[in-house]
Formats: sequence, structure tokens, C-alpha cells
Amino acid sequence: MTNLSRRDLLAATALVIVSETVARAGVVSGQLPWHPDAGSPPEAVRPGAWQFFTEQEAAAVEALADRIIPPDPQTPGGKDAGCAVFIDRQLAGAYGHRQGLYTRGPFVKGIKEQGPQSAQNPAETYRAALAALDRYCKSKEGGKSWIELPGERQDELLHAVESGTVELEGIDTKSFFETLLKDMQEGFFADPIYGGNRDMCAWKMIGFPGARYDYRDWVGRHNERYPYPPVSIAGRPDWTPKKT
Amino acid sequence: MTRKLPKKDVVIVGLGWTGSIMANELTEEGLDVVAIERGPWRNTATDYPPNYVQDELRYRIRHELFLQPEQTTFTFRNKMDQTALPIRSWGAFMPPNGVGGGGVHWNAETWRFLPSDFVLRTHLTQRYGARFLPADMTIQDWGITFDELEPYYDRFEYLCGTSGTAGNLKGKIQEGGNPFEGPRSRPYPNPAQQQPFSHALFAKAARELGYKPFPQPSGNMSQAYTNPLGVRLGPCTYCGFCEWFGCANYSKASPQTTILPVLVRKPNFLVRDQSEVTRINLDSSGKRATGVTFVDTSGTEWEQPADLVILSAYTVFNVQLLLLSGIGKAYDPVANQGVIGRNFTHQTISDVTSFFDPAKFIFNPFIASGSIGMCIDEFNGDNFDHGPHGFVGGGYMGQVQTNGRPIETTPTPPGTPKWGAKWKQAVRESYQSALKPGTGVHGSMYSYRDVYLDLDPTYQDRFKRPLMRITMDFHENELKQNAFLTDKFAEVFQAMGARQVVKEYRKGPYDVTAYQTTHLCGGAVMGTDPKTSAINRYLQSWDVPNLFVMGASGFPQNAGYNPTGTLAALAYWSAEAIRSRYLKNPGPLLHA
Repeated sequence: MTNLSRRDLLAATALVIVSETVARAGVVSGQLPWHPDAGSPPEAVRPGAWQFFTEQEAAAVEALADRIIPPDPQTPGGKDAGCAVFIDRQLAGAYGHRQGLYTRGPFVKGIKEQGPQSAQNPAETYRAALAALDRYCKSKEGGKSWIELPGERQDELLHAVESGTVELEGIDTKSFFETLLKDMQEGFFADPIYGGNRDMCAWKMIGFPGARYDYRDWVGRHNERYPYPPVSIAGRPDWTPKKT
Repeated sequence: MTRKLPKKDVVIVGLGWTGSIMANELTEEGLDVVAIERGPWRNTATDYPPNYVQDELRYRIRHELFLQPEQTTFTFRNKMDQTALPIRSWGAFMPPNGVGGGGVHWNAETWRFLPSDFVLRTHLTQRYGARFLPADMTIQDWGITFDELEPYYDRFEYLCGTSGTAGNLKGKIQEGGNPFEGPRSRPYPNPAQQQPFSHALFAKAARELGYKPFPQPSGNMSQAYTNPLGVRLGPCTYCGFCEWFGCANYSKASPQTTILPVLVRKPNFLVRDQSEVTRINLDSSGKRATGVTFVDTSGTEWEQPADLVILSAYTVFNVQLLLLSGIGKAYDPVANQGVIGRNFTHQTISDVTSFFDPAKFIFNPFIASGSIGMCIDEFNGDNFDHGPHGFVGGGYMGQVQTNGRPIETTPTPPGTPKWGAKWKQAVRESYQSALKPGTGVHGSMYSYRDVYLDLDPTYQDRFKRPLMRITMDFHENELKQNAFLTDKFAEVFQAMGARQVVKEYRKGPYDVTAYQTTHLCGGAVMGTDPKTSAINRYLQSWDVPNLFVMGASGFPQNAGYNPTGTLAALAYWSAEAIRSRYLKNPGPLLHA
């Protein structure tokens, strides 16, 4: 049997209130609860200044974005698609601070089947890894920073990081690179309200119609290309009348 | 200080599928019922409306509708001699939270288990001999038969409006259905859903290979439906945002779309949400539950007295509450004694990704429902002779691809770099012409002596209670099973005309970061002997007769199907026993 002290309860409760949008315990009886305009729509990313990255970090991440997802004649690269903006806003928010995840210690390194056990959150990891990347470049690349390297050299370096032949000082380098790839590709393919996939460029690239939500007329049309352009949760740019 | 609430006839712990079913049945008897739910109240219009539910990042990647590990999680290790570490972010399975439970964000794949699954040890021993089973395999019979459960499967399917094609009507095999299923008393309440291109193509190839493909039974509506409680569901729109998401169209069967609108209006029912039950209270004899203790979000601890306690939380939390409340003997794998935590299982899933000629195949993978798909059942359970193969168990397999959401479903052919221009080009070329079923091979996991649940010695939740510790690894039997099934599955994709077929066998060790299904089973299993089971065939605790334990925690081992149909049928079966027998004479329904 476990008895809970009042102090434990209060500590536990404080944590819940911080993490839940609607946190109050309640009673439901008699009828389905109904509140006009209730809901929790997503908050669209606002353009403008970096929220997590410094200018220097942002430049490095934009350069990384264009190596990981290079521009081509049909589709923008990671930078113009907004992947760095996506990661910036994610790191400034819940993801960067592991909100909702289990962050109690002790932190012990386990086997990979046990999942990540880092004491650091993604925001801290990015800050440290980007600094380590620049330090590495400055010492090994003739005093140049990451963004000053030519694209081909950047690719070579990233391949070396991916394969584990280059270790950034103090960083679980391979694991950071996996995180970086995952975050870039999430930014590229997530709804554009989160700052990446600008103008739904990634969805247009593959033919994903986005948030359309009703394909009853199409489920029986086999081997026929779905013809309509994508729609975001925020609609489409051409649905919004231009201000004159 | 603990505040005491007025006594109720029944307290229900957790308001998902089984809690909702039980609450609805017991309120029909005029009993005063309260349900206590750890998570928030959820409804369609507020939590997943059609204007923003199609958000892959929010719901699929960031897990918005699931339990937050910060609230509580489990620790995990493969072997007993390892140190378990906490699951800091969900991976292999996704514990639910909130009213509706897993019923909110499931795919609605609504299967029945095979008749032989319920008498598994007896059946396999008779067919192959006891020595055919691995020595440390602890499978057992359920104490109930398929025929006994059939009327309750039927009730759940009609509650849900399950869409499907019958394969066995009262013993007569039906064209187009699953010929291996147990005899059903009547057809599904709705016709099967329409099948998109790739799913239909799979069926054609399977038929040509001599199999009998059939549409996956689906809790996504093929047409508008009014259930026996008078609750109406709308037709599925094949939106491709089903599992991990709530349904904005009221077209996926869930407690919200089938029971709660009726249940909540009953004067003898009440829900307390955002309130976590921390223990089941016993009287001084230890043989009778007096109610439960829970904590609300203000930190206040409450006692809810009740005559009858229904434990209907997620598998692992059922087991945790039993252990923390001192009900039943904790399982000790070394001594091979005790029952609480014993026979814990998951699933053995693998996949085949295939690549077709983009000039000839346009699959539109985003057109799908959660339970879409054409399946074959030739390699499930004991539907085939295992004698030559040296393993037991199996699973259904099929093209059951539920989505083309691009963060998750942009496969690239083997050899493609993970980034750069070649990656981008491969994604562009493959998206419309590659297939990735997801849970293509949906295999069983049988129970073993060293796969179990207990309390972690180190890690704690926010109440400083020990986390549950999972000790789990794949055993040779399951890995052999999976290799055999995956090879068979891949042959169908070859026959469909794929240029390249990539087999992704399930390999050991069990990896807690790789999603399989949320079908954790066992830990408080049903059976015929209190030495090897926590609950009897009516889901009644052997030790505390006024406690009934719902859900997949009662499965002695996991079959090669999704569990919801079976756990819901068991809830109806248990409710019937309570209504017809227990209430007249509260006490053990069976004597060991």
C-alpha cells in the first residue's frame, strides 16, 4: 500500500496544472458538457524574429536545411521551405523543453532498445551541438565556420557525422544528426501553420492533398491521379482575398 | 486529509470502452454508478473537430491525445538481469488517457479471436503434443469458449456498427468473408467499406495465390448507422487521419459515438474526470473492496466508497492498481508463483514495403480509413499445420495501409540516402507508387515465464509511487513465426507486380522505441485456477469478489488479432453475469 503525503500531492498537482490546457477536475452528469466556442485550435507560427536561435545559429541551421533538403528546379530546399523556422519555433516551445515527457532521474545510459535517456532537452542539445559544430569547423577547416564552408565540403562533413567518423566534442553526434534529420523532415512535411512546408511545397512535390478530409468520391476510382491541390488547416493562400 | 464522498453502488476506474459498457449495463439495473477517469473529458467538437484534426505533427508525432509520460510511464528492460530504464517518450505502444480511452484514437479494427484461441493450451497439446511447446511458454486456456462469447461479440459489433463481410454464418461458410472465423449468429450490421486501389489489388493477387481474402472488419462506418441505443454515426470519408486521431465525422465507433450520449443522460450516472485513482481500498479482512481513493487536480485526496469496484483502466494500470492495493499475490518469475504481473504479452508485428513502377501505379495512399484493407487469415492461430515449422501462433496479414500522411509515410527504396538530393528525388518518385501497410503482419505473442510486470525499484511517478516495470523480450517461437509469415506476406506483393519488395522482419531484442501496436495484454489474466490466474471466467477477482477487472489485462496470451472486439465482448459477458447472478447474491460466482 502506498500512502501519499499532502506535500507529494501538491507537488504532483502543480505539475499537472502546468502541462494540461484544461486541468481542472470536474463532474459530468445529466447532459453532455457543452461550451460555446470551446476547442483548442493550434497556434499558427508567426513570421518574424527567431525565437530560440541566435542569428548565428539560425544561419547555420538554414545552411543545414539546404544540405539535408536541397533546392531543385521544382521544389524549394529546406531553407526556403521554412524548416529552420519550424525547428526554431519547436525548440522555443513544448518540444524543446520536453513538456509532457518523463524527465525524472536518475539518468542512466541504457541499451538502444530502452530509448533515449539523455538528461538534456532538445533545446539544450541543439545549442550545444551547433556550438560544437562551429568549433569543429574552425579547428579542422582552416578557421572557417560551418556556414563559410562550400556546399560540397558541408555534405562531406555531414556524411562523416552520419557515419560516426566525425565526433563533435561533448555531443552524442550520431544521435544528434538523427534528431536533426527527423526535425527537418517533420518541418518539411508538417502543416504549414508550423512554419515549414511553405506554400505546401512539400505536399505539392509528392501529391499529398493535406487536410481535405473527404475522399468518398475517390475511394472507388482506382489508379487515377487525385487532381486537386493541397489544403492546409489554415486553408489556401488563394482563399484569402488580397488586401488592396 | 482524505475527504469522503457519499457511497455509490458501483465505482468504475477508467472510462474507456470497457468502463463505458459496464457503466451502461449496470445503470440499466438501477444502480448508482460513478466513473473516475484520470484524463480529461473529451468530445468530438472540442477535441478533434474537422477544422484542425488533420494535423499529423500535433496528434501523430507529438501524441496529443495520449497519456503524457510526465504524468506516469513505465520502465523497461529485455531481461531480468538488466536494469530497467524509464520510457521517457512513447514508442512501441501508446497508452491512452481521457474519457473514451483508446476508443478515441484506435483504428477501429474490430476482430473476433478464433475458437481455438480460447482453449489454446488444450488445443495445441492435443494436436501437437505437450513437448511441441517451449518449456518456458506459459500459455493457458481462458476458462471461456468462443461459443459462450459469441452473443457478446455480436452485441459489441451492433453497438459499433461494424462494417464487414461475414465468413461463417451459423456454421455455413460465406463467399467473400473470412472462412476461418468462428460461427457467427448474424451478419455484420453494416456492409464492408469500399476498398481503395492498393487494397483491392492485394485481394486480387491473394486470390490468385489460392488464399481467401476478405475485408478487414471495420468500426469505420460504410454508411450512416443508428445503433441499438439510438446513437447515430455518420459515413466514413476515408480521410486518412484515423489511428492516433479522433474522428471529426462521428464515423469511427468510440464510446463518444456509441454509448456516452445515452449514458451521461442517465440520472444514476456521474463522471469525475481529471481524477486519478491511486488505490483500491479493502476492509480489514482483505477480502472485500470498500471503494477507491483518488486525487483530483487540486491535490485533494478523496475516498469514494462503493459496493462494487470495476477496474477498467489500460492493461498496465490495472495491474499497477492491483499491486499497489495489495490485491492478489504478486508474480515471482524465479519461484514461478503468484499471479499479478504474470503472462504479460504484446504483439509480433512486421511489415513489407513494396515499390511499384510509378508510370503504371498511382495508389493515392492518403485515401484510407483506419480499418481499411483486405486480409488473409490462412496463417493465423492454428489455421495451418504448424508441425513442419517448429513454432506455434500466427497472425492475419493484409494490405491494411491506413494513411499517406507524409511525415510517417514517405518510404524510399533500399539504398536511398537518408537526406540530400537523392533522398528528395526518391520521396517524390515513390510517394504515389509505394505501399507500406503499417501492421501488415499482425502476429500473436504468447506468454513466457520471464515476460512480466512488477513494480520498479527506482523510478517513481509524480505521486512518488513506483512505476510499473516491464520485462519483455521476443522469444524464438515468435521470431520464427514472424519470419515464416513475413515471407508469405511478401509473396503477395510480388504477385501484385511490385518491382521491389522489402521484408522488414521483426527481430529481437524487443525494442521499446519501435511502434508495433498498443495491444499490451495480460498481467491479471483470467483462467480456471487461482494459482495461475487473477480473475475467473467472469472477470471477477479470485481474492476480492466485489472487484471485477476488465480489459486486455485478462488475456492469458495475445492472439494474432487486434484485442478490442474481444475485450469489449468480455465486458458484456461479465456485465451479464453481474446483472443476472452477482447482484442477487453478491459473492464469488465460482469457487475454485
